[in-house]
This record gives sequence, structure tokens and C-alpha cells, in this order.
Amino acid sequence: MKFEGTDSYVATEDLMVAVNAAITLQRPLLVKGEPGTGKTMLAIEVAEAIGAPLIEWHIKSTTKAQQGLYEYDAVSRLRDSQLGDERVHDISNYIVQGKLWEAFESDERPVLLIDEIDKADIEFPNDLLLELDRMEFFVYETKQTIKTVHRPIVFITSNNEKELPDAFLRRCFFHYIRFPERETMQQIVDVHYPDLKRNLISEALNIFFEIRDVPGMKKKPSTSELLDWIKLLVAEDVSPEVLRSRDMKTLIPPLHGALLKNEQDVHLFERLAFMARREGGS
Amino acid sequence: MFSELFYELRKAQVPVSLKEYLALLEAMEAHVTDMSVEEFYYLSRAALVKDERNFDKYDVVFGHVFKGLEALEDDETAEIPEEWLRKLAELTLTEEEMAEIEAMGGFDKLMEELRKRLEEQQKRHQGGNKWIGTAGRSPFGAYGYNPEGVRIGQDGSRHRRAVKVWDRREYKNLDDSVELGTRNIKVALRRLRRFAREGAALELDLPDTVRSTANNGGYLDLKLIPERHNTIKVLLFLDIGGSMDDHTRTCEELFSATRTEFKHLEYFYFHNFVYEYVWRDNRRRHQERIPTWEVMHTYASDYKLILVGDATMSPYEIAYPGGSVEHWNEEPGQVWLDRLLTTYPSAIWLNPVNERHWTYTQSLQMTQQLMGDRMFPLTLDGLDRGMRELSR
Repeated sequence: MKFEGTDSYVATEDLMVAVNAAITLQRPLLVKGEPGTGKTMLAIEVAEAIGAPLIEWHIKSTTKAQQGLYEYDAVSRLRDSQLGDERVHDISNYIVQGKLWEAFESDERPVLLIDEIDKADIEFPNDLLLELDRMEFFVYETKQTIKTVHRPIVFITSNNEKELPDAFLRRCFFHYIRFPERETMQQIVDVHYPDLKRNLISEALNIFFEIRDVPGMKKKPSTSELLDWIKLLVAEDVSPEVLRSRDMKTLIPPLHGALLKNEQDVHLFERLAFMARREGGS
Repeated sequence: MFSELFYELRKAQVPVSLKEYLALLEAMEAHVTDMSVEEFYYLSRAALVKDERNFDKYDVVFGHVFKGLEALEDDETAEIPEEWLRKLAELTLTEEEMAEIEAMGGFDKLMEELRKRLEEQQKRHQGGNKWIGTAGRSPFGAYGYNPEGVRIGQDGSRHRRAVKVWDRREYKNLDDSVELGTRNIKVALRRLRRFAREGAALELDLPDTVRSTANNGGYLDLKLIPERHNTIKVLLFLDIGGSMDDHTRTCEELFSATRTEFKHLEYFYFHNFVYEYVWRDNRRRHQERIPTWEVMHTYASDYKLILVGDATMSPYEIAYPGGSVEHWNEEPGQVWLDRLLTTYPSAIWLNPVNERHWTYTQSLQMTQQLMGDRMFPLTLDGLDRGMRELSR
């Protein structure tokens, strides 16, 4: 059961080593990296590659660790008691299972994705230490211990907005997805758009890496933005010549909305284009 | 098995623990990789290093442990200043004069002689490249431009770069009464305060509860707010004098803003770079010095460290013992900054220099690297990013 990338996901060697180590040793893999470099996709692709069910838990700023285990729905119990419902006598009717519970009791070994863990409260990772370590937890209301049947493969992604506690980090493997190099990027694009004209891709890549090199960009375009942009270029049937021409007017690439997501960046580009035009004119 | 790697990593201040080391050994036993060096490199990185900021340190250690490459030793550079002196003498003095000075004895005499020589021949050493470093210009001679030079007998700073300044200067005490124009900075600094209100909802918010219960038609509606931990403590280190003269005003504004924002605020001054002592009152800086060790022992590591400075200086001031422009520092500035950063993990450096010009100054790049890219410009946006970094 070795992960070696899939038809639609290009994994670099260091990523494969990290993923395989996490799978073999049954420890969580913490994945960091620039937004849009495929952190979330990794879990989805691994699940598909090894044919395991995927359980996704997306974290928000209000998410509590307890919600991943279970929640006790006191309000419906109160209502049921007022209505005289028979269900009220069994407290387990009001225990709502969370994503971790689901993963622990899965029939086959699942892949559990805890997405964007840094969005949650600072105590969130600490509250999950024991649960992720021993893969078991205790339900106080029903006095039962939920133990994992097959230890799930856990992927945790982080956008680095908060520092994660040391105790948590010690229990994980760590991988930082670097921004792909040109060759890897070419592979990624090939995987997604296999029948594209080669020269269109190479021109698009040229422009893309040039844009990333512009100093002072607030948000550099990433892989997912490149893929969107190429999709647009194809849909609009932009020819490679237009991309190559480097006319002063087209210094701002066509359909730049897919690449530049920030009005300051667009503004920066317009200014650069203006300066280039002035230099060209004199 | 790989205990050397483990201990070297710890020595390089990469936070690795026994648990992670055992995980690595377990992975080796489970044959996760097929024993190629490259795969082992990836595997041990995934197992041991949990922060991409430490990847570089890991690379250095890994190379050192497994290829026998030489790691940088801070201690070895201790010899350099004497070397400068010897070369300095070689370049300016004839052999007889050297012997003469030897006979006269003493560093002061030598410097005196050099000063005389340089007054006579100010242009003589420009363009020489026998010096340590690669600047390609003579390292000494005042009133010329030389990024790594020794400045002798000159009153003010002309180009804002010098390895040694013999002239003492008087500095202006930072004034914290500048209130005008500080509103925007306050807005950014308030981010830090907001951190005090983050966390789980724990306390009963009585006014809000009353209001929402009334709105709810009399049924009780409890409202909770996050507990207030008033624990924001800040150590502020301000660069004063020298190349910071231009930026003093920006600093004063920041300073007066921070004073009202934090309850626990301790401030210290330094000149160009942090060394073994700092001071609180700039006018009495030569009398009332506080050892940096004392600062680190007095204030716990939950203090947040904010350094303000332009980090524009001669690279020697950071990298070499004796590099300070004001005194003989036994240990290079980078060692001291490193110590501060180890003691106060939550730290940023605010720089009044426009971010666009950062790449042109070598010392600024070095400082940025030492800070682990936690240097931010002294603008609203930079402050915002800095505060976000501090409150992570």
C-alpha cells in the first residue's frame, strides 16, 4: 500500500516519503504550504489511490474539538421530555456522532482529513492530543469508550495562520509543500489538461513564473490559480502568439482576473505596464 | 543510531524531542524508505522537523553530519579583529615603523599613528582588495565611501557605514509625547490587544444577557464572552543614533503609541545591533547599562519581543566579535540576537526602511535571515502583519 501519486495528482519524492511514512507508522501527517498548492487535494487523492473511504472535517474559527467526537443535543431532549416522547429515557438518542467517531468506527481503514486546523481556536489541537494518539475517547453521557477499529490515516492541513503547539507537532509527521518547480509544474498541467497545445502551456508557464517573480506582490498566484487560468485561456481560445507577443499593451496578461486576486496587485501590474510603455515610447 | 544527527539538531536549536527521534527509528525499522540517502533525508525531515522555518537549519546539520561538511563555528571568528589590525598596520606602515610601534607598545599608540597616516594620505587605500570581505575597497579612511571601513577622527556619520567609530556621540532621548499622527499606528497595535479577548467563551456577559433576554420575550438567553487574559507583555528594543537619526521620528510615534496600549511594556535602547548590554535612559547610556543577560533573566519568555531598527550597518557589526561601532564586543551581535530569540520565541523586527529597498543592504538581509523572515516594515500594513505574527 504505497502512495505514488495518481493520474490527477503529481507527488514529488519527498511528499511520497512523508505520506508513506505516515501510512506505515499510522501517525497523522501535517501538511503545510502556500495556499493553492494542493494540501487538501492530497488527502482526497490518497484516499482514492488506496481505495479508502474519505472523511472530511473542515475546521472553522468556531469549531470545537468536542464537535469532532460527539455532541449532546440537550435541547431536543428537553423538547422531547415536554412532549412526552419515549425516546427521552435513553440518553444515547441525543448523542450526535462527530467526524472522529465516524472515522474510528468505520468498517474499513478510512482517510480522515482535518482541513485548515489553524483556523480553530488556539486550544483546539491540544484538545485532540490524546484522541489522535490513542485513537480512542470516552463518552461521558453514556459511559462508553469509543475505540478505533482500523486506525485511520489522518491528514491535517494548515495555512500557517497560527502556531501549533509543540506537543501536537511531536505526534505528527510534517511535510511542507514547496511551490512546484518548472518541470513539476509542467507535469501538473499535463495531468490536468493532457491535450493542450504544448506551446500554449509553455507560454502560459513563462508568464506565470514571471508574475510570481514580480517583487511586492500581495498574493502570488499558485498552482490552482494557474490551472484556472489555463482553463480560461482554452475556453477563450487565446493563441500562444498572443501570449508570446509581449506587446506593451499585453504586459498585463489576458484574463488576468484568474491569476491576480488583489486589486493592489492588479494596480501594481498596471503601473508596471505603464512604465514599460513609457520606456518603449521614448 | 542517528544520535549524532539528533544531538546536532538540538544544538542548532531545532526543537526535536525523543518522541520524534523514536518515530524516525520506528520508520527506519518499518522500511518506509529503501535506504537511499535522499529518501532518508526526506523521511528524517518529515519526522524530526515540524516547522518550515527550521528546514534550512536542518539542511545545514544534515550536510554536516552525513557529509562531514564544516559547520559554521562562531568561535573561530574571534581571531579576526587582530587580523584586521595586523593587516591594517601592514598596509599603512613600513616594517621599521611597525617595529617602532611595537616598541612604543599598545593599541592606542597604533591607532594614533594610523590616524596621523590617514590624515596625510586619505586616498591611498581606496580600491585595494587585500582586505577581509569582498567589497573591493579599502577598509579604512574617513570621508571616503567604504561600506566596511574603519572610521577615524570623524565627527558625524556621512555614509552611515563604519566598522568602528572612535568618536563618541550624543544621542537624543526618545520623546514619547508625540501623540499627533499616531492614531493609525494605534489601530494596528490594537490587534495585539484583541488577542487578549480570544479563546473560548467562558465568562457571563451580563449586559448582553439582559438585553438578549429582553429581546427574547423574557426567556433566559445566556451570553458568554471570552475570558480576558490580560497577559500581553511586551519588550521593546529601540535602535537609537547613527543611521537611525532619520527614523527617530517614526520611532517616537510608535513608541508613544505602544506606551498606552500595553500594561506591561518594558523598553530598552540599543545602538545598531543588540550586544551584551542595553540601556533605558539614552542620556545616561554610558553610566547606566543593563546587561542583556539580566534582561533575559528578568523577563519571562512569555514576553513578546519587538525590535525596532533599520538594521542598516556594516555586516561586521552583526557577524564578528569586536564589530560594534561603540565598544569591544566579545561576542558577535548575531549570537546575542539568537539568544534573545531563543528566550523570546514570539518576536518581530520592525524596520522603518521602505521594504522595497531591503534587498540592497547586506546587513538588513542578514538580520532578516536571523529573524527568520519576521522583519516587517514600519507601515500600517507592516505593523498589521507583524502584530498578526506576534499573536499567532
